[in-house]
Amino acid sequence: MNNLLEAKNVVKRFGDFTALNDVSVNVPKGSIFGLLGPNGAGKTTLIRIINQITYPDSGSVLFNGEPLQAKHIAMIGYLPEERGLYKSMKVGEQALYLAQLKGLSRSEARKRLKYWFERLEIGDWWGKKVQELSKGMAQKIQFVVTVLHQPELLIFDEPFSGFDPINANLIKDEILELKNQGATVIFSTHRMESVEELCDHIALIHKSKKILHGKLNDIKRNYKNNTYEVGLESENKIRLRQELEQKFNVADAHFKTVGDELKLRIQLENSDNANDLLGYLSDKAVVSHFVEVIPDANDIFIQTVKKNESHG
Amino acid sequence: MKAMDKLKLIIKREYLAKVRNRSFIVMTILSPILIVGMIALIVFLTKVNADEKKIIAVLDDSEHFHNVFKTTDAQSYVVFKDLGLQEAKDSVVSIGYYGLLHFPSGDDLNSIAANSAFYSNKAPGIGILSDMESTIENRLREEKLKGYGLNSRDLEDIGRNFEIRTESFTGERNLKGVNEIKAIIGGSFGYLIMMFIIIYGAFVMRSVIEEKTSRIIEVIISSVKPFQLMLGKILGTAMAGVTQFVIWIISAGVLSLILFSVMGIDMDAFNSTANLPPETMDAMAEITDSQDKLQPYIQELGKLPIITLLVSFVIYFILGYLIYSSIYAAIGAAVDNETDTQQFMLPVIMPLVLAIYVGFFSVFENPHGPIAVGFSLFPLTSPIVMLMRLPSGIGADGVPLWQFITSILLLIGTFICIVWLASKIYRVGILMYGKKPSYKELYKWLKY
Repeated sequence: MNNLLEAKNVVKRFGDFTALNDVSVNVPKGSIFGLLGPNGAGKTTLIRIINQITYPDSGSVLFNGEPLQAKHIAMIGYLPEERGLYKSMKVGEQALYLAQLKGLSRSEARKRLKYWFERLEIGDWWGKKVQELSKGMAQKIQFVVTVLHQPELLIFDEPFSGFDPINANLIKDEILELKNQGATVIFSTHRMESVEELCDHIALIHKSKKILHGKLNDIKRNYKNNTYEVGLESENKIRLRQELEQKFNVADAHFKTVGDELKLRIQLENSDNANDLLGYLSDKAVVSHFVEVIPDANDIFIQTVKKNESHG
Repeated sequence: MKAMDKLKLIIKREYLAKVRNRSFIVMTILSPILIVGMIALIVFLTKVNADEKKIIAVLDDSEHFHNVFKTTDAQSYVVFKDLGLQEAKDSVVSIGYYGLLHFPSGDDLNSIAANSAFYSNKAPGIGILSDMESTIENRLREEKLKGYGLNSRDLEDIGRNFEIRTESFTGERNLKGVNEIKAIIGGSFGYLIMMFIIIYGAFVMRSVIEEKTSRIIEVIISSVKPFQLMLGKILGTAMAGVTQFVIWIISAGVLSLILFSVMGIDMDAFNSTANLPPETMDAMAEITDSQDKLQPYIQELGKLPIITLLVSFVIYFILGYLIYSSIYAAIGAAVDNETDTQQFMLPVIMPLVLAIYVGFFSVFENPHGPIAVGFSLFPLTSPIVMLMRLPSGIGADGVPLWQFITSILLLIGTFICIVWLASKIYRVGILMYGKKPSYKELYKWLKY
């Protein structure tokens, strides 16, 4: 029983439109799980099903091995993409209200809020009305309210949109800290690069279908194709390039260096070995740069979508 | 946490958010002051007007008319004797009387009356003129009848009013106008319900729109069911509304007591006889007569089925408000801002307005006629129309029991259906942004 959450063959239709088409995902306990896909792919619908805001037409969702039910609401913390606060309500009162809705007692909620407000250095906002706060300030409060009841599962839908870089970093650190304390996190975003450093598992959703699913590292390993970026310092770059083109599959590469060496992207046959390439290159020129090309989430996504579309 | 606890939390928040709202507080405080102030102003002005008693001089050269003018609340008459017309005019002006009524000398009453004239600085008020005219007319009529040989007893006999006696088949005496009084009592209950629905239904709607536009809605419904939120909102707003109404009634009562005592208006004045000048025995007799007439009305009002009326008011009020406010909540959920609500408002307001009109134009006239029965069964109008019929009680002389029960059952059935439909629209609507929905769209949402 390693999965905190399992969605099995979830289908959700809105009229003629199918928002989720037979989607299954497993979210391992203690992982940071990236739910990726472009806008409108169905991510938010899946998240709303997990939060029991809507219900699937068919398929099931298991939380800790049990079918999703009312008691699980208190075990989930959800920061929606469309998030806000009551404008004319005071910050403290509002946070207390939202925490109590999640099942905390008033006194417990007050204690924890005090801790978090001090931790994020927002203690003096307690008596302010939300309309007096900036957008970034309001988002800190939303974050606190999301994690306050110490849920087993945290769901963030586009968490960093609207945050300035400092606050985004702060929140990122807090999320990692929560993970260390044992929470499981689901991230939903269409900005693939923002999850690269956080997520260890991902699922790609495209046009209502899950097209990829697994450990980020495994996926990357599967998607790398023995390609290397090299920087070569040589007297005669044109000649060198011609020589290499006869022997390997060569393309231009773009990466930043301080010199003006020849920058190439070389793809080897599957059987070939990186050491052989490095040995060959160092005979011909001074190797200033040698890196295996690991596809990022964005590349993987684009490749996968293309592959899916060509397969029909 | 139990669903009930969450509901309580939501109700509490909605209630506090409402009663702490600045414009709500201002409305709560200002309305009774404004209303009582208006009433006080009107009473004050009428009193000032009435205090200015107009004195009219009567110069009767013919000696046929001078003792027929009787002093009333609004004017008194002073008889001038042995004065010329010009002298009389001068003295009226110098004393500051309102005007001078002059009858020339002569023997033929008709020609005297035809040649009489009223002199005044200002154009005389219609009340004064008609009072003088009718007095003169009476005098002329009396004289003519005397000419036909009738004595004064006969004249009194002629003057007696005739009133048809109405009685129900069970032998109870029916009083003229009592149906209207009953309908007005029922009508004010119905009107209260309509006002409450329109004011606080709109509050519910605005509160839903606010949650949508501030984007807090999804945070909330990840903790509670949309239906719980909707119900909590409706109940919290209703409690705020009841609070406001109670404050209005109490403060209006206290304020008017204070105001009336300050202004020296005796609350009993309307019933007591002390302030009427008991000039003649005739007048006294008239007063006791009118009290005799009033007595059965008071008795009849005492016989009103107060408990039935109050209990059914509570039932119709609660069900009517719940039906309409859930429609308001659904409308609020369907739109992004208040201007978009227009297209949906008409079908909501229509039955309410229709109920009031039907009530005033049809139920007053015929409280148990087919139109009254129809509208008091139709669930969207029954809370108002049935209450207008109920003062005549339930049973043989009033609303048949089956109609009362059917009306309530229909209302409960409708309540369940409407709340179910509204909560479906609400559930989908609160997460929809950006597009102005059509009725067709709403219908589609029901199937999501």
